Amino acid sequence: MLAIDVTRRLGAFVLEAALDVPERSTVAVAGESGAGKTTLLRLLAGLDRPDRGSIVLDGATWFDAASGVACPPEARSIGWVPQDHALFPHLSVLENVAFGLRAAGRPAAEARRRAAATLERLGIADLAGRGPGSLSGGQQQRAALARALVLEPRLLLLDEPLAALDVQTRRSVRGELRRLLGTLPCATLLVTHDAVDALALGNRIAVLEAGRLTQYGERDELLARPRSAYVAEFLGVNLFRGAVARRESGVAWLDTGAGEIAVPDDGLPGERFALVDAREVTLARDPSGTSARNAFHGAIVELIPEPPDGQRLRVALATRPRLVAEITRAAAHGLGLAPGVEVWASFKATGVRTFR
Amino acid sequence: MLAFLLLPLLALLLRASPRRLLERLDDPVVLDALRLSLFTSLAATGIVVLLGTPLAWLLATRRFPAKRAVETLIDLPMVLPPTVAGLALLFAFGRMGLAGRTLDAFGLSLPFTTLGVIAAQVFMAAPFFVAPARAGFAAVDPRLLEVAATLRASEGYAFRRVALPLARPALVAGAAMCAARALGEFGATITFAGNLPGVTQTMPLGVYVALQSDLDAAIALALLLLLASFGLLLALRAAPGLGHLPRARD
Repeated sequence: MLAIDVTRRLGAFVLEAALDVPERSTVAVAGESGAGKTTLLRLLAGLDRPDRGSIVLDGATWFDAASGVACPPEARSIGWVPQDHALFPHLSVLENVAFGLRAAGRPAAEARRRAAATLERLGIADLAGRGPGSLSGGQQQRAALARALVLEPRLLLLDEPLAALDVQTRRSVRGELRRLLGTLPCATLLVTHDAVDALALGNRIAVLEAGRLTQYGERDELLARPRSAYVAEFLGVNLFRGAVARRESGVAWLDTGAGEIAVPDDGLPGERFALVDAREVTLARDPSGTSARNAFHGAIVELIPEPPDGQRLRVALATRPRLVAEITRAAAHGLGLAPGVEVWASFKATGVRTFR
Repeated sequence: MLAFLLLPLLALLLRASPRRLLERLDDPVVLDALRLSLFTSLAATGIVVLLGTPLAWLLATRRFPAKRAVETLIDLPMVLPPTVAGLALLFAFGRMGLAGRTLDAFGLSLPFTTLGVIAAQVFMAAPFFVAPARAGFAAVDPRLLEVAATLRASEGYAFRRVALPLARPALVAGAAMCAARALGEFGATITFAGNLPGVTQTMPLGVYVALQSDLDAAIALALLLLLASFGLLLALRAAPGLGHLPRARD
């Protein structure tokens, strides 16, 4: 198990993260750019040093501020795959993959044999003699993975593994990567700004917001109980928090601070979270014809394909409270939806999940 | 511009007659100057490359106090009049100079020796290698070196296998410039090492001396120098393991 507890100050930015990565698990660290994802990876790789804390893998201390231990990258059992793969441009794919073995002092023949075997395993044996410049994005990524995996690292670090790929390759590589990560004997920590990638690849998800770890847990736990609006929006749900303002005929009106919403009344006082799946929110051009108590008028802010190559659209709305709806492309086309268009968004009070 | 640059070379070529040139090749003074020039400028280039490469690497990858001052100091010979440089070398390594006495104690003497010629050339030509070498190392993507570190590579290994091959075109260009500058060195050499035929009289010095007595000899030497410069540049670019461009990408 990898035990991380670190603080790193970079100017006004502070990264604070404490989390355990269990053996053989894949942790997806999700967050927007600037949240500190890459900083965390660099601390784990030994390319940057925490100001405080420790990094311990199965009892081996890689970093400990208190005792002054700081292993350099070459002394850690890691495989690092940077975002744009950073293959050595002057070496062939085989030489790239053999690099780590040679650096570790293995004989040339053994290095070549093991590098070739790793290429075979990743299904790119035919690329051995090619130069990195002639590879496609997906091929480059596999070569970079092979280069990292040939050393059989205890910890694999992937920086935005799918971000450098075009939309077409992304979907197939996501599936391949998911299967590959499932077979690895090491722990994997990957960072991503994409909810789909985080959900597809991580069996545990850690959410970084402005340098703070706001939620960490099993994927299903996060989906069921997002703890912040960011996590909820990231995962494709609407999350509200508020106290009951008034009650009427089995429905509680929750004051979200930016408008009221109707939720099932559980009879309890105090604040609660309310969760509305984006797919539960329906859109219409006029207010007639809905029996839902929750109906809000507002302009469309943005239409986001979801997943990036998919047939569904996430519609961000400037309603009070702000809402995100998820509908099919066909439906959006039928309604003539576009940024700036005013719509009515509604969802049933009974479709709202509340938790405290 | 090009015409202005080519005209003097053309004029020189037109004044020369191949027969006289061949005659002059037998002249021991000319031969000595040629041999000395090639030997000293190659030795100077070798020293500059050997010592300048680690220096360029440190300048490109490290931050340290007074780095700007060090960089300016290294570039200084580029703008310093060569005769002033020669004078400065005398004060430093002359018999009564700052370091000269220490060298003397070891039986080493630089002024008016072949070693002094090399010293003057190293001093004047070093920036022509260090500046492009530093730029070449600085242009190597630092993330490639970070990746190398995560792949168990020590800094030395990453330097040899990643930084050096990627910066090689810049190093080769710098070495060629350095060699050319060393070959043409005149002012610092004549001030610091003197003008002794066979010992310190390199070809540029030979041209100058011959000009005052024997115009034909001067032309012959000048042409030889021109050829040697070209030859040196070509040889450096074609040298195995040095001059090749990075591996073509499939």
